[in-house]
Amino acid sequence: MKKKTFWETCRPYVMIGPAMIGIFLFVIYPMLYLVYLSFFKYNLLNSAMSRYVGFENYIQIFNRPDFYKSLTNTVIYTGGVVVLTMLISLFFAVWLKKQTRLNYIIQAGIFTPHIISIVSVSLVWLWLMEPNLGFLNFALEKLGLPTSQWLQSSKTALFSIIIVSVWHGIGYYVLILVAALQGISPNIYEAAELDNTSRFRVFRRITLPLISPQMFFILIIMTIGSFKVFDTVRIMTGGGPNNATNTLVYYIYGFRTTNIGYAAATGVVLMVIIGILTFIYFRLMSKKVHYQ
Amino acid sequence: MKKHNVWLSVDFLLKAAILFAFIFPFLWMISTSLQTFQETLSVPPTLIPSSPQWINFVEAMTSGPFATYAKNSIIITLSIIIIQFLVMIPAAYAFAKYEFFGKNVLFALVLIAFMMPGQVTFIPIYLMMADWGLIKTLIPQILPFMSNAFGIFLLRQYFMQIPEEIIEAARLDNASEFKIMWKIMTPMAKPALATIALFSFVSHWNDYFWPLVMTDSNEVRPLTLGIAMLKQSEGISNWHIIMAGNVVLVIPILIVYLLCSKQIVKAFVYSGIK
Repeated sequence: MKKKTFWETCRPYVMIGPAMIGIFLFVIYPMLYLVYLSFFKYNLLNSAMSRYVGFENYIQIFNRPDFYKSLTNTVIYTGGVVVLTMLISLFFAVWLKKQTRLNYIIQAGIFTPHIISIVSVSLVWLWLMEPNLGFLNFALEKLGLPTSQWLQSSKTALFSIIIVSVWHGIGYYVLILVAALQGISPNIYEAAELDNTSRFRVFRRITLPLISPQMFFILIIMTIGSFKVFDTVRIMTGGGPNNATNTLVYYIYGFRTTNIGYAAATGVVLMVIIGILTFIYFRLMSKKVHYQ
Repeated sequence: MKKHNVWLSVDFLLKAAILFAFIFPFLWMISTSLQTFQETLSVPPTLIPSSPQWINFVEAMTSGPFATYAKNSIIITLSIIIIQFLVMIPAAYAFAKYEFFGKNVLFALVLIAFMMPGQVTFIPIYLMMADWGLIKTLIPQILPFMSNAFGIFLLRQYFMQIPEEIIEAARLDNASEFKIMWKIMTPMAKPALATIALFSFVSHWNDYFWPLVMTDSNEVRPLTLGIAMLKQSEGISNWHIIMAGNVVLVIPILIVYLLCSKQIVKAFVYSGIK
Protein backbone atom coordinates (compact mmCIF):
# COMPACT_ATOMS: atom_id res chain seq x y z
CA MET A 1 0.00 0.00 0.00
CA LYS A 2 1.42 3.33 -1.00
CA LYS A 3 1.83 5.99 1.59
CA LYS A 4 -0.75 8.73 1.57
CA THR A 5 0.46 12.18 0.65
CA PHE A 6 -0.16 15.06 3.00
CA TRP A 7 -2.99 16.35 0.86
CA GLU A 8 -4.63 12.93 0.69
CA THR A 9 -4.64 12.78 4.50
CA CYS A 10 -6.14 16.24 4.79
CA ARG A 11 -8.63 16.01 1.97
CA PRO A 12 -11.47 14.23 3.82
CA TYR A 13 -11.32 16.80 6.61
CA VAL A 14 -11.44 19.67 4.13
CA MET A 15 -14.46 18.08 2.44
CA ILE A 16 -16.44 17.54 5.62
CA GLY A 17 -15.12 20.79 7.09
CA PRO A 18 -17.96 23.17 6.20
CA ALA A 19 -20.60 20.63 7.27
CA MET A 20 -18.86 19.99 10.57
CA ILE A 21 -18.43 23.72 11.24
CA GLY A 22 -22.17 24.14 10.72
CA ILE A 23 -22.96 21.26 13.05
CA PHE A 24 -20.56 22.47 15.74
CA LEU A 25 -21.70 26.06 15.53
CA PHE A 26 -25.45 25.44 15.36
CA VAL A 27 -26.02 22.14 17.15
CA ILE A 28 -23.19 21.04 19.44
CA TYR A 29 -22.10 24.44 20.75
CA PRO A 30 -25.70 25.63 21.35
CA MET A 31 -26.42 22.42 23.28
CA LEU A 32 -23.47 23.10 25.59
CA TYR A 33 -24.31 26.80 25.78
CA LEU A 34 -27.89 25.88 26.75
CA VAL A 35 -26.61 23.81 29.68
CA TYR A 36 -24.32 26.69 30.68
CA LEU A 37 -27.16 29.22 30.53
CA SER A 38 -29.35 27.01 32.69
CA PHE A 39 -27.06 27.71 35.68
CA PHE A 40 -27.48 31.48 35.41
CA LYS A 41 -29.93 34.20 36.12
CA TYR A 42 -29.37 35.75 32.74
CA ASN A 43 -29.69 39.46 32.06
CA LEU A 44 -30.74 39.99 28.46
CA LEU A 45 -29.98 43.72 28.38
CA ASN A 46 -26.57 43.44 29.95
CA SER A 47 -25.09 39.96 29.94
CA ALA A 48 -22.29 41.11 32.26
CA MET A 49 -24.95 41.48 34.95
CA SER A 50 -25.84 37.78 34.72
CA ARG A 51 -25.44 35.88 37.94
CA TYR A 52 -24.45 32.24 38.57
CA VAL A 53 -27.21 30.54 40.55
CA GLY A 54 -26.20 26.86 40.53
CA PHE A 55 -29.12 24.50 40.36
CA GLU A 56 -31.69 27.10 41.38
CA ASN A 57 -33.42 27.09 37.99
CA TYR A 58 -33.78 23.31 38.10
CA ILE A 59 -35.09 23.38 41.66
CA GLN A 60 -37.59 25.98 40.52
CA ILE A 61 -38.70 23.84 37.57
CA PHE A 62 -39.52 20.84 39.68
CA ASN A 63 -41.43 22.92 42.19
CA ARG A 64 -43.64 24.74 39.76
CA PRO A 65 -47.10 23.33 39.05
CA ASP A 66 -47.24 25.08 35.67
CA PHE A 67 -44.19 23.12 34.53
CA TYR A 68 -45.85 19.85 35.50
CA LYS A 69 -49.01 21.00 33.77
CA SER A 70 -47.15 21.63 30.51
CA LEU A 71 -45.23 18.36 30.82
CA THR A 72 -48.44 16.41 31.47
CA ASN A 73 -50.13 18.12 28.53
CA THR A 74 -47.20 17.22 26.29
CA VAL A 75 -47.28 13.60 27.39
CA ILE A 76 -51.05 13.34 26.91
CA TYR A 77 -50.76 15.03 23.52
CA THR A 78 -47.94 12.70 22.46
CA GLY A 79 -49.80 9.61 23.65
CA GLY A 80 -52.97 10.69 21.88
CA VAL A 81 -51.28 11.53 18.60
CA VAL A 82 -49.13 8.41 18.55
CA VAL A 83 -51.90 5.94 19.40
CA LEU A 84 -54.48 7.48 17.06
CA THR A 85 -52.03 7.87 14.19
CA MET A 86 -50.71 4.32 14.54
CA LEU A 87 -54.18 2.75 14.61
CA ILE A 88 -55.70 4.84 11.85
CA SER A 89 -52.70 4.75 9.53
CA LEU A 90 -52.40 0.98 9.91
CA PHE A 91 -56.08 0.61 9.12
CA PHE A 92 -55.83 2.90 6.08
CA ALA A 93 -52.67 1.22 4.87
CA VAL A 94 -54.16 -2.26 4.96
CA TRP A 95 -57.26 -0.93 3.25
CA LEU A 96 -55.40 0.99 0.53
CA LYS A 97 -52.46 -1.30 -0.10
CA LYS A 98 -53.65 -2.73 -3.43
CA GLN A 99 -52.07 -0.79 -6.25
CA THR A 100 -55.12 0.59 -8.00
CA ARG A 101 -55.59 4.03 -9.45
CA LEU A 102 -58.33 4.87 -6.94
CA ASN A 103 -56.17 3.85 -3.98
CA TYR A 104 -53.33 5.96 -5.26
CA ILE A 105 -55.58 9.02 -5.53
CA ILE A 106 -56.87 8.47 -1.98
CA GLN A 107 -53.34 8.14 -0.66
CA ALA A 108 -52.23 11.31 -2.42
CA GLY A 109 -55.31 13.08 -1.05
CA ILE A 110 -54.71 11.99 2.52
CA PHE A 111 -51.11 13.08 2.15
CA THR A 112 -51.95 16.61 0.94
CA PRO A 113 -52.18 18.25 4.41
CA HIS A 114 -48.70 17.01 5.24
CA ILE A 115 -47.00 19.32 2.74
CA ILE A 116 -49.13 22.35 3.67
CA SER A 117 -47.76 24.78 6.23
CA ILE A 118 -48.96 24.13 9.75
CA VAL A 119 -49.90 27.82 9.80
CA SER A 120 -52.54 27.27 7.12
CA VAL A 121 -53.71 24.02 8.63
CA SER A 122 -54.11 25.63 12.05
CA LEU A 123 -55.97 28.65 10.70
CA VAL A 124 -58.36 26.53 8.64
CA TRP A 125 -59.17 24.28 11.59
CA LEU A 126 -59.50 27.25 13.90
CA TRP A 127 -62.25 28.46 11.58
CA LEU A 128 -63.83 25.00 11.15
CA MET A 129 -63.88 24.54 14.93
CA GLU A 130 -65.33 27.97 15.67
CA PRO A 131 -68.13 27.08 18.14
CA ASN A 132 -70.87 29.40 16.82
CA LEU A 133 -70.17 29.91 13.12
CA GLY A 134 -67.81 27.07 12.34
CA PHE A 135 -68.69 24.35 9.91
CA LEU A 136 -67.90 21.46 12.23
CA ASN A 137 -70.59 22.26 14.80
CA PHE A 138 -73.07 22.97 12.01
CA ALA A 139 -72.42 19.54 10.50
CA LEU A 140 -72.68 17.80 13.88
CA GLU A 141 -75.97 19.54 14.59
CA LYS A 142 -77.35 18.53 11.17
CA LEU A 143 -76.42 14.91 11.92
CA GLY A 144 -78.16 15.13 15.29
CA LEU A 145 -74.91 14.79 17.20
CA PRO A 146 -73.85 16.89 20.19
CA THR A 147 -71.75 19.95 19.33
CA SER A 148 -68.56 20.96 21.11
CA GLN A 149 -66.75 24.09 22.25
CA TRP A 150 -63.61 22.56 20.65
CA LEU A 151 -60.62 24.83 21.26
CA GLN A 152 -62.48 27.21 23.51
CA SER A 153 -63.12 24.90 26.43
CA SER A 154 -60.33 23.62 28.63
CA LYS A 155 -61.97 20.19 28.56
CA THR A 156 -61.78 19.68 24.81
CA ALA A 157 -58.98 22.00 23.65
CA LEU A 158 -56.09 19.54 23.92
CA PHE A 159 -58.08 16.82 22.23
CA SER A 160 -59.00 19.23 19.42
CA ILE A 161 -55.31 19.92 18.84
CA ILE A 162 -54.64 16.18 18.78
CA ILE A 163 -57.29 15.76 16.06
CA VAL A 164 -55.69 18.48 13.93
CA SER A 165 -52.21 17.00 14.35
CA VAL A 166 -53.36 13.51 13.42
CA TRP A 167 -55.17 14.88 10.38
CA HIS A 168 -52.08 16.84 9.36
CA GLY A 169 -49.55 14.04 9.71
CA ILE A 170 -51.31 10.80 8.98
CA GLY A 171 -50.82 10.77 5.20
CA TYR A 172 -47.05 10.40 5.58
CA TYR A 173 -47.39 7.37 7.83
CA VAL A 174 -49.96 5.77 5.55
CA LEU A 175 -47.49 6.10 2.66
CA ILE A 176 -44.70 4.45 4.63
CA LEU A 177 -46.89 1.60 5.81
CA VAL A 178 -48.36 1.01 2.34
CA ALA A 179 -44.82 0.77 0.98
CA ALA A 180 -43.95 -1.66 3.78
CA LEU A 181 -47.00 -3.81 3.09
CA GLN A 182 -46.29 -3.87 -0.64
CA GLY A 183 -42.79 -5.03 0.16
CA ILE A 184 -44.03 -8.28 1.72
CA SER A 185 -43.63 -11.14 -0.70
CA PRO A 186 -46.99 -12.53 -1.91
CA ASN A 187 -45.62 -16.07 -1.53
CA ILE A 188 -45.89 -15.78 2.22
CA TYR A 189 -49.59 -14.99 1.98
CA GLU A 190 -50.16 -17.80 -0.50
CA ALA A 191 -48.59 -20.26 1.89
CA ALA A 192 -50.83 -19.04 4.69
CA GLU A 193 -53.85 -19.34 2.42
CA LEU A 194 -53.01 -22.98 1.66
CA ASP A 195 -52.96 -23.63 5.38
CA ASN A 196 -56.42 -22.09 5.66
CA THR A 197 -55.28 -19.61 8.24
CA SER A 198 -57.88 -17.01 9.26
CA ARG A 199 -57.38 -13.48 7.98
CA PHE A 200 -57.00 -12.01 11.43
CA ARG A 201 -54.37 -14.58 12.32
CA VAL A 202 -52.48 -13.87 9.11
CA PHE A 203 -52.50 -10.19 9.96
CA ARG A 204 -51.33 -10.72 13.52
CA ARG A 205 -48.79 -13.44 12.90
CA ILE A 206 -47.41 -12.51 9.49
CA THR A 207 -48.19 -8.95 8.47
CA LEU A 208 -47.54 -7.19 11.77
CA PRO A 209 -44.16 -8.81 12.51
CA LEU A 210 -43.00 -8.15 8.95
CA ILE A 211 -43.78 -4.44 9.08
CA SER A 212 -42.62 -3.98 12.67
CA PRO A 213 -39.40 -2.14 11.65
CA GLN A 214 -41.47 0.53 9.89
CA MET A 215 -43.97 0.65 12.76
CA PHE A 216 -41.07 1.24 15.08
CA PHE A 217 -39.61 3.96 12.87
CA ILE A 218 -42.99 5.69 12.88
CA LEU A 219 -43.35 5.33 16.63
CA ILE A 220 -40.06 7.04 17.43
CA ILE A 221 -40.24 9.73 14.75
CA MET A 222 -43.73 10.59 15.89
CA THR A 223 -42.88 10.60 19.59
CA ILE A 224 -39.95 12.95 19.07
CA GLY A 225 -42.01 15.10 16.71
CA SER A 226 -44.89 15.29 19.16
CA PHE A 227 -42.71 16.26 22.09
CA LYS A 228 -41.75 19.45 20.31
CA VAL A 229 -45.32 20.46 19.44
CA PHE A 230 -45.60 24.23 19.28
CA ASP A 231 -47.03 25.73 16.09
CA THR A 232 -50.60 24.48 16.44
CA VAL A 233 -50.70 25.56 20.07
CA ARG A 234 -49.32 28.99 19.39
CA ILE A 235 -51.73 29.69 16.52
CA MET A 236 -54.90 27.99 17.71
CA THR A 237 -55.02 28.43 21.48
CA GLY A 238 -52.01 30.37 22.74
CA GLY A 239 -51.65 27.70 25.43
CA GLY A 240 -55.16 28.33 26.72
CA PRO A 241 -57.85 28.17 27.82
CA ASN A 242 -56.50 28.14 31.33
CA ASN A 243 -53.19 26.48 30.36
CA ALA A 244 -55.10 23.45 29.07
CA THR A 245 -52.91 23.30 25.96
CA ASN A 246 -49.66 24.69 27.31
CA THR A 247 -46.95 22.33 26.11
CA LEU A 248 -43.26 22.05 26.90
CA VAL A 249 -41.94 24.05 23.96
CA TYR A 250 -44.66 26.66 24.32
CA TYR A 251 -43.71 26.93 27.98
CA ILE A 252 -40.04 27.46 27.08
CA TYR A 253 -41.08 29.99 24.45
CA GLY A 254 -43.02 31.92 27.07
CA PHE A 255 -39.89 32.46 29.16
CA ARG A 256 -37.45 33.06 26.31
CA THR A 257 -37.15 36.79 26.94
CA THR A 258 -38.34 37.22 30.52
CA ASN A 259 -36.23 34.55 32.21
CA ILE A 260 -33.60 33.05 29.92
CA GLY A 261 -31.90 30.95 32.59
CA TYR A 262 -35.15 29.29 33.53
CA ALA A 263 -36.13 28.77 29.87
CA ALA A 264 -32.70 27.23 29.24
CA ALA A 265 -33.10 24.82 32.16
CA THR A 266 -36.48 23.74 30.78
CA GLY A 267 -34.80 23.40 27.39
CA VAL A 268 -32.25 21.06 28.96
CA VAL A 269 -35.11 18.90 30.26
CA LEU A 270 -36.51 18.71 26.72
CA MET A 271 -33.03 17.94 25.37
CA VAL A 272 -32.65 15.05 27.81
CA ILE A 273 -36.06 13.62 26.87
CA ILE A 274 -35.24 13.81 23.16
CA GLY A 275 -31.77 12.42 23.84
CA ILE A 276 -33.21 9.36 25.58
CA LEU A 277 -35.70 8.75 22.76
CA THR A 278 -32.92 9.10 20.19
CA PHE A 279 -30.72 6.69 22.08
CA ILE A 280 -33.48 4.06 22.17
CA TYR A 281 -34.05 4.67 18.47
CA PHE A 282 -30.45 4.09 17.43
CA ARG A 283 -30.06 1.09 19.73
CA LEU A 284 -33.02 -0.66 18.20
CA MET A 285 -32.08 0.42 14.67
CA SER A 286 -28.69 -1.24 15.00
CA LYS A 287 -30.40 -4.38 16.33
CA LYS A 288 -32.69 -4.43 13.34
CA VAL A 289 -29.75 -4.28 10.94
CA HIS A 290 -28.18 -7.10 12.94
CA TYR A 291 -31.03 -9.50 12.40
CA GLN A 292 -31.20 -9.04 8.66
CA MET B 1 -71.20 -12.01 -7.97
CA LYS B 2 -73.92 -9.54 -7.04
CA LYS B 3 -72.74 -9.39 -3.44
CA HIS B 4 -69.27 -8.65 -4.69
CA ASN B 5 -70.52 -5.59 -6.57
CA VAL B 6 -72.30 -4.23 -3.51
CA TRP B 7 -69.11 -4.50 -1.49
CA LEU B 8 -67.16 -2.77 -4.20
CA SER B 9 -69.50 0.21 -4.22
CA VAL B 10 -69.54 0.42 -0.41
CA ASP B 11 -65.75 0.34 -0.52
CA PHE B 12 -65.76 3.08 -3.13
CA LEU B 13 -68.16 5.29 -1.17
CA LEU B 14 -66.17 4.94 2.04
CA LYS B 15 -62.97 5.82 0.24
CA ALA B 16 -64.62 8.85 -1.33
CA ALA B 17 -65.79 9.92 2.13
CA ILE B 18 -62.26 9.63 3.53
CA LEU B 19 -60.85 11.62 0.64
CA PHE B 20 -63.51 14.26 1.24
CA ALA B 21 -62.53 14.54 4.91
CA PHE B 22 -59.00 15.46 3.83
CA ILE B 23 -59.90 17.76 0.96
CA PHE B 24 -62.92 19.54 2.40
CA PRO B 25 -61.04 21.90 4.77
CA PHE B 26 -59.19 23.31 1.76
CA LEU B 27 -62.39 23.76 -0.23
CA TRP B 28 -63.91 25.45 2.80
CA MET B 29 -60.92 27.75 3.02
CA ILE B 30 -61.26 28.76 -0.64
CA SER B 31 -65.02 29.26 -0.31
CA THR B 32 -64.63 31.45 2.77
CA SER B 33 -61.92 33.50 1.11
CA LEU B 34 -64.44 34.56 -1.55
CA GLN B 35 -67.35 35.41 0.77
CA THR B 36 -68.52 38.74 2.13
CA PHE B 37 -68.25 39.39 5.84
CA GLN B 38 -72.05 38.96 6.08
CA GLU B 39 -71.90 35.58 4.40
CA THR B 40 -69.29 34.28 6.86
CA LEU B 41 -71.71 35.09 9.71
CA SER B 42 -74.74 33.35 8.24
CA VAL B 43 -76.34 30.27 9.77
CA PRO B 44 -76.46 27.81 8.05
CA PRO B 45 -72.95 28.53 6.71
CA THR B 46 -72.63 29.77 3.15
CA LEU B 47 -71.17 27.00 1.02
CA ILE B 48 -70.87 28.85 -2.26
CA PRO B 49 -70.46 32.64 -2.18
CA SER B 50 -73.12 34.50 -4.18
CA SER B 51 -70.53 36.59 -5.98
CA PRO B 52 -66.81 35.95 -5.47
CA GLN B 53 -65.19 38.73 -3.43
CA TRP B 54 -61.75 39.05 -5.02
CA ILE B 55 -61.34 42.22 -3.02
CA ASN B 56 -60.65 40.05 0.05
CA PHE B 57 -57.30 39.12 -1.42
CA VAL B 58 -56.44 42.75 -2.01
CA GLU B 59 -57.38 43.59 1.54
CA ALA B 60 -55.38 40.69 2.98
CA MET B 61 -52.31 41.54 0.92
CA THR B 62 -52.38 45.26 1.71
CA SER B 63 -52.83 44.80 5.45
CA GLY B 64 -49.09 44.35 5.83
CA PRO B 65 -45.84 44.38 3.84
CA PHE B 66 -46.66 41.17 2.01
CA ALA B 67 -44.30 41.83 -0.88
CA THR B 68 -41.47 41.91 1.66
CA TYR B 69 -42.70 38.73 3.33
CA ALA B 70 -42.89 36.91 0.01
CA LYS B 71 -39.46 38.16 -1.05
CA ASN B 72 -37.99 37.02 2.28
CA SER B 73 -39.58 33.58 1.96
CA ILE B 74 -38.11 33.14 -1.51
CA ILE B 75 -34.63 34.37 -0.57
CA ILE B 76 -34.50 32.28 2.60
CA THR B 77 -35.69 29.06 0.99
CA LEU B 78 -33.47 29.32 -2.09
CA SER B 79 -30.36 30.33 -0.14
CA ILE B 80 -30.83 27.42 2.26
CA ILE B 81 -31.14 24.90 -0.56
CA ILE B 82 -28.09 26.23 -2.46
CA ILE B 83 -25.85 26.44 0.62
CA GLN B 84 -26.95 23.03 1.84
CA PHE B 85 -26.02 21.44 -1.48
CA LEU B 86 -22.57 23.03 -1.57
CA VAL B 87 -21.87 21.88 1.99
CA MET B 88 -23.53 18.49 1.81
CA ILE B 89 -22.15 16.92 -1.39
CA PRO B 90 -18.44 16.95 -0.44
CA ALA B 91 -19.23 15.88 3.12
CA ALA B 92 -21.41 12.97 2.04
CA TYR B 93 -18.79 11.93 -0.52
CA ALA B 94 -16.00 11.95 2.06
CA PHE B 95 -18.07 9.99 4.57
CA ALA B 96 -19.01 7.45 1.91
CA LYS B 97 -15.74 6.89 0.08
CA TYR B 98 -12.76 7.84 2.27
CA GLU B 99 -11.29 6.31 5.41
CA PHE B 100 -9.94 8.80 7.90
CA PHE B 101 -9.15 9.13 11.57
CA GLY B 102 -12.17 10.09 13.68
CA LYS B 103 -14.68 9.30 10.95
CA ASN B 104 -17.10 7.42 13.19
CA VAL B 105 -17.08 10.05 15.92
CA LEU B 106 -17.67 12.81 13.40
CA PHE B 107 -20.47 10.88 11.77
CA ALA B 108 -22.06 10.34 15.17
CA LEU B 109 -22.15 14.14 15.49
CA VAL B 110 -24.04 14.30 12.19
CA LEU B 111 -26.59 11.89 13.61
CA ILE B 112 -26.95 13.98 16.77
CA ALA B 113 -27.53 17.03 14.58
CA PHE B 114 -30.14 15.01 12.69
CA MET B 115 -32.11 14.32 15.86
CA MET B 116 -31.69 17.53 17.87
CA PRO B 117 -34.50 19.93 16.96
CA GLY B 118 -34.35 23.71 16.79
CA GLN B 119 -36.81 23.82 19.67
CA VAL B 120 -33.91 22.84 21.93
CA THR B 121 -31.23 25.12 20.49
CA PHE B 122 -33.13 28.28 19.60
CA ILE B 123 -32.32 30.29 22.74
CA PRO B 124 -28.52 29.95 22.50
CA ILE B 125 -28.61 30.52 18.74
CA TYR B 126 -30.71 33.65 19.18
CA LEU B 127 -28.22 34.99 21.72
CA MET B 128 -25.31 34.19 19.38
CA MET B 129 -27.00 35.95 16.48
CA ALA B 130 -27.81 38.94 18.69
CA ASP B 131 -24.15 39.07 19.81
CA TRP B 132 -23.03 39.11 16.20
CA GLY B 133 -25.55 41.87 15.46
CA LEU B 134 -27.39 39.83 12.82
CA ILE B 135 -30.96 39.87 14.12
CA LYS B 136 -32.02 42.55 11.65
CA THR B 137 -30.81 40.44 8.69
CA LEU B 138 -32.03 37.21 7.10
CA ILE B 139 -28.90 35.33 8.18
CA PRO B 140 -30.36 33.85 11.41
CA GLN B 141 -32.98 32.18 9.24
CA ILE B 142 -30.47 30.79 6.73
CA LEU B 143 -27.08 30.03 8.28
CA PRO B 144 -28.21 27.65 11.08
CA PHE B 145 -29.47 25.31 8.35
CA MET B 146 -26.22 25.21 6.35
CA SER B 147 -25.53 21.59 7.37
CA ASN B 148 -28.45 19.40 6.43
CA ALA B 149 -27.75 16.32 8.57
CA PHE B 150 -30.62 14.38 7.05
CA GLY B 151 -29.27 15.18 3.58
CA ILE B 152 -25.72 14.14 4.44
CA PHE B 153 -27.08 10.90 5.83
CA LEU B 154 -29.27 10.11 2.82
CA LEU B 155 -26.69 11.13 0.23
CA ARG B 156 -23.95 9.12 1.96
CA GLN B 157 -26.14 6.01 1.75
CA TYR B 158 -26.64 6.72 -1.92
CA PHE B 159 -22.95 7.30 -2.66
CA MET B 160 -22.04 4.09 -0.83
CA GLN B 161 -24.21 2.11 -3.21
CA ILE B 162 -22.34 3.40 -6.25
CA PRO B 163 -19.78 0.69 -7.13
CA GLU B 164 -16.12 1.39 -6.43
CA GLU B 165 -15.23 0.25 -9.97
CA ILE B 166 -16.72 3.38 -11.49
CA ILE B 167 -14.49 5.57 -9.34
CA GLU B 168 -11.44 3.42 -10.02
CA ALA B 169 -12.05 3.61 -13.75
CA ALA B 170 -12.29 7.37 -13.58
CA ARG B 171 -9.09 7.55 -11.54
CA LEU B 172 -7.28 5.49 -14.18
CA ASP B 173 -8.44 8.08 -16.69
CA ASN B 174 -6.66 10.65 -14.55
CA ALA B 175 -9.82 12.39 -13.48
CA SER B 176 -9.29 14.51 -10.39
CA GLU B 177 -11.16 13.59 -7.21
CA PHE B 178 -13.05 16.86 -7.49
CA LYS B 179 -14.15 15.98 -10.99
CA ILE B 180 -15.20 12.48 -9.91
CA MET B 181 -17.33 13.88 -7.16
CA TRP B 182 -18.84 16.69 -9.17
CA LYS B 183 -19.16 15.21 -12.67
CA ILE B 184 -19.70 11.49 -11.98
CA MET B 185 -21.07 10.88 -8.50
CA THR B 186 -23.35 13.90 -8.18
CA PRO B 187 -25.29 13.29 -11.41
CA MET B 188 -25.73 9.64 -10.41
CA ALA B 189 -27.26 10.71 -7.11
CA LYS B 190 -29.97 12.81 -8.77
CA PRO B 191 -32.94 10.98 -7.19
CA ALA B 192 -31.51 11.47 -3.70
CA LEU B 193 -30.69 15.11 -4.43
CA ALA B 194 -34.21 15.73 -5.71
CA THR B 195 -35.66 14.20 -2.56
CA ILE B 196 -33.46 16.35 -0.35
CA ALA B 197 -34.22 19.56 -2.27
CA LEU B 198 -37.93 18.88 -2.12
CA PHE B 199 -37.80 18.19 1.59
CA SER B 200 -35.82 21.32 2.24
CA PHE B 201 -38.15 23.41 0.14
CA VAL B 202 -41.33 22.17 1.80
CA SER B 203 -39.99 22.36 5.35
CA HIS B 204 -38.40 25.81 5.08
CA TRP B 205 -41.12 27.42 2.98
CA ASN B 206 -43.65 26.22 5.56
CA ASP B 207 -41.56 26.87 8.64
CA TYR B 208 -43.18 28.89 11.40
CA PHE B 209 -41.27 28.24 14.61
CA TRP B 210 -37.79 29.31 13.54
CA PRO B 211 -38.68 32.65 11.93
CA LEU B 212 -40.95 33.38 14.87
CA VAL B 213 -38.15 33.06 17.42
CA MET B 214 -35.42 34.63 15.25
CA THR B 215 -37.14 37.82 14.08
CA ASP B 216 -38.42 40.93 15.76
CA SER B 217 -39.22 43.16 12.81
CA ASN B 218 -41.39 42.91 9.71
CA GLU B 219 -38.49 43.60 7.33
CA VAL B 220 -37.09 40.11 7.87
CA ARG B 221 -40.26 38.08 8.40
CA PRO B 222 -41.37 35.42 5.90
CA LEU B 223 -44.83 34.73 4.49
CA THR B 224 -45.89 32.19 7.12
CA LEU B 225 -45.47 34.77 9.89
CA GLY B 226 -47.26 37.43 7.86
CA ILE B 227 -50.27 35.17 7.34
CA ALA B 228 -50.34 34.07 10.97
CA MET B 229 -50.27 37.75 11.98
CA LEU B 230 -53.44 38.44 9.96
CA LYS B 231 -55.27 36.96 12.92
CA GLN B 232 -54.16 39.89 15.05
CA SER B 233 -54.11 42.66 12.46
CA GLU B 234 -57.52 41.82 10.95
CA GLY B 235 -59.23 40.77 14.15
CA ILE B 236 -60.25 37.22 14.88
CA SER B 237 -63.74 37.50 13.35
CA ASN B 238 -62.62 38.56 9.87
CA TRP B 239 -62.41 34.99 8.63
CA HIS B 240 -62.88 35.90 4.96
CA ILE B 241 -59.69 38.02 5.02
CA ILE B 242 -57.70 35.49 7.05
CA MET B 243 -58.70 32.70 4.66
CA ALA B 244 -57.82 34.85 1.64
CA GLY B 245 -54.30 35.27 3.03
CA ASN B 246 -54.21 31.58 3.72
CA VAL B 247 -55.10 30.75 0.12
CA VAL B 248 -52.13 32.83 -1.03
CA LEU B 249 -49.83 30.80 1.23
CA VAL B 250 -51.24 27.41 0.24
CA ILE B 251 -51.79 27.73 -3.51
CA PRO B 252 -48.12 27.69 -4.64
CA ILE B 253 -47.45 24.48 -2.71
CA LEU B 254 -50.72 22.92 -3.85
CA ILE B 255 -49.92 23.65 -7.49
CA VAL B 256 -46.47 22.10 -7.13
CA TYR B 257 -48.07 19.10 -5.46
CA LEU B 258 -50.72 18.65 -8.15
CA LEU B 259 -48.09 18.84 -10.89
CA CYS B 260 -45.67 16.36 -9.39
CA SER B 261 -47.51 14.47 -6.69
CA LYS B 262 -45.97 11.20 -7.89
CA GLN B 263 -42.41 12.38 -7.32
CA ILE B 264 -43.28 14.06 -4.03
CA VAL B 265 -45.01 10.98 -2.70
CA LYS B 266 -42.07 8.83 -3.81
CA ALA B 267 -39.59 11.18 -2.17
CA PHE B 268 -41.38 11.06 1.16
CA VAL B 269 -41.67 7.27 1.09
CA TYR B 270 -38.01 6.98 0.18
CA SER B 271 -36.98 9.18 3.11
CA GLY B 272 -38.94 7.01 5.50
CA ILE B 273 -37.60 3.67 4.45
CA LYS B 274 -33.94 4.57 4.47
